[in-house]
Amino acid sequence: MSYIASLLVLAITTALINNMVFHFFVGNCPFIGVSRKLDMAFGMGAAVTFVTTIAAALSWVATYFIMAPGAPLATWLYRAMTHDPTRVSDLSILSYIAYIFLIAWAVQLVEMYVRKFFPALYKAFGVFLPLITTNCVILFVCLEIMKHIGAGAADPWGLDKALVYAFFAGAGFLVAIVIMAGIREELDHCDVPKTLSGPGITLIIAGILSLAFMGLTGVDSNLAKMIKKAPAAETSSVQDSGAQNP
Amino acid sequence: MSQDGPTAVERFLNGIIPENPTYRQILGICPTLAVTNTMESAMTMAGTVLFVLVCSNVLTSLIRGLLKPHLRILVFTLTIAAFVTIADRFLAAYMYDMSKVLGPYIPLVIVNCIIIARCEICAAKQGVWTAFMDAVGQSLGFMLGLMSIATIREILGFGTWFGKWLGWRVIPVTAPEHWSTWVIMILPPGAFITLGLLMGVMNWIEAKHSARAKKATVAA
Repeated sequence: MSYIASLLVLAITTALINNMVFHFFVGNCPFIGVSRKLDMAFGMGAAVTFVTTIAAALSWVATYFIMAPGAPLATWLYRAMTHDPTRVSDLSILSYIAYIFLIAWAVQLVEMYVRKFFPALYKAFGVFLPLITTNCVILFVCLEIMKHIGAGAADPWGLDKALVYAFFAGAGFLVAIVIMAGIREELDHCDVPKTLSGPGITLIIAGILSLAFMGLTGVDSNLAKMIKKAPAAETSSVQDSGAQNP
Repeated sequence: MSQDGPTAVERFLNGIIPENPTYRQILGICPTLAVTNTMESAMTMAGTVLFVLVCSNVLTSLIRGLLKPHLRILVFTLTIAAFVTIADRFLAAYMYDMSKVLGPYIPLVIVNCIIIARCEICAAKQGVWTAFMDAVGQSLGFMLGLMSIATIREILGFGTWFGKWLGWRVIPVTAPEHWSTWVIMILPPGAFITLGLLMGVMNWIEAKHSARAKKATVAA
């Protein structure tokens, strides 16, 4: 019960409060470049969510087993090679290169798979796939996951938390870019000063949206409090699905 | 060496104003917004980008004969990732506080569009000297972009300029009755609004400039 609650809090924190675009400023290039039309924005957001989740799963596995300090697979190999059972491997210096490689690989794989098996889906967001190799959101999510793996991490994440984090990071980006595209479609009918038209007014609107999203700060701690209270009230009932939506 | 593009000096000058990465090409927006709340972090980020861009542009230019078209983006990103790792370890060793402040934005230089775009546009096609000058020019343009935003945000947000390194106060401490610092400038919305308004100012200056140039040609 508290497990599901912790995932829920993580999801809401990631998607709304620490929104990728409005709080961490990652993924701004597509946010300004591709937010002209609503359907294109949705395609871009969906593609980013999809690839982020897959790349996060891959990078969690790679970090946990190979790159983190004291990772089991690398340590075992290191000990077998040096015949010294006390050695501990630390390959975290390789992580940036490994992540870029994994992301590029995941994008390539997803593109081929979707083109072969889901032609309709490919038509919807296939053109965006090659573009998002260099999307900051994906690398940012991998780096955040890296922080939560290994002996030194204060709050270690399993694969489950990493996946929830990645999916909702992508969903936060989707929400942001779709809101922006909706506003920009309406903006076509407005009389924007000529010097501000294009990126200028987009950035100012993004600033106002960011202010609006700042209003959500504190929702996460209150939600956590509510969830903590709810199980205490329902200790008699063993049903664990009831406390999911307090 | 075939020179079928702008020369080294043209590349260098283009990067600073006419093709300024921040205001003209609108590339690398993430670091531009994220690290500009103080001048120190902005300058550190600009220095990192300068190092990575120069190294990767020179290396890409040296290996441009070996690049295969379908693998080139991957080669660019892996080259950049190697140099970013070097810069990141260097900052963690010698400027620990700054590296903590910048956090994930140093590794995010890997996916900074400016560097990949310069590798693609210039270094993969032209010689080493041109690529080097191009990298320096673009980095200086990027630095100017970051400095312009950071100046406004730090002065309005903290009342200082280079507050941590040099301790210059622009707005005196005795001012609070007349002036309170704008917290919003330090927070994310301030970054978006400052960059949007500065972009408008740049466009306005350029429109005036081109109008004057047109008038001059008509009169002549």
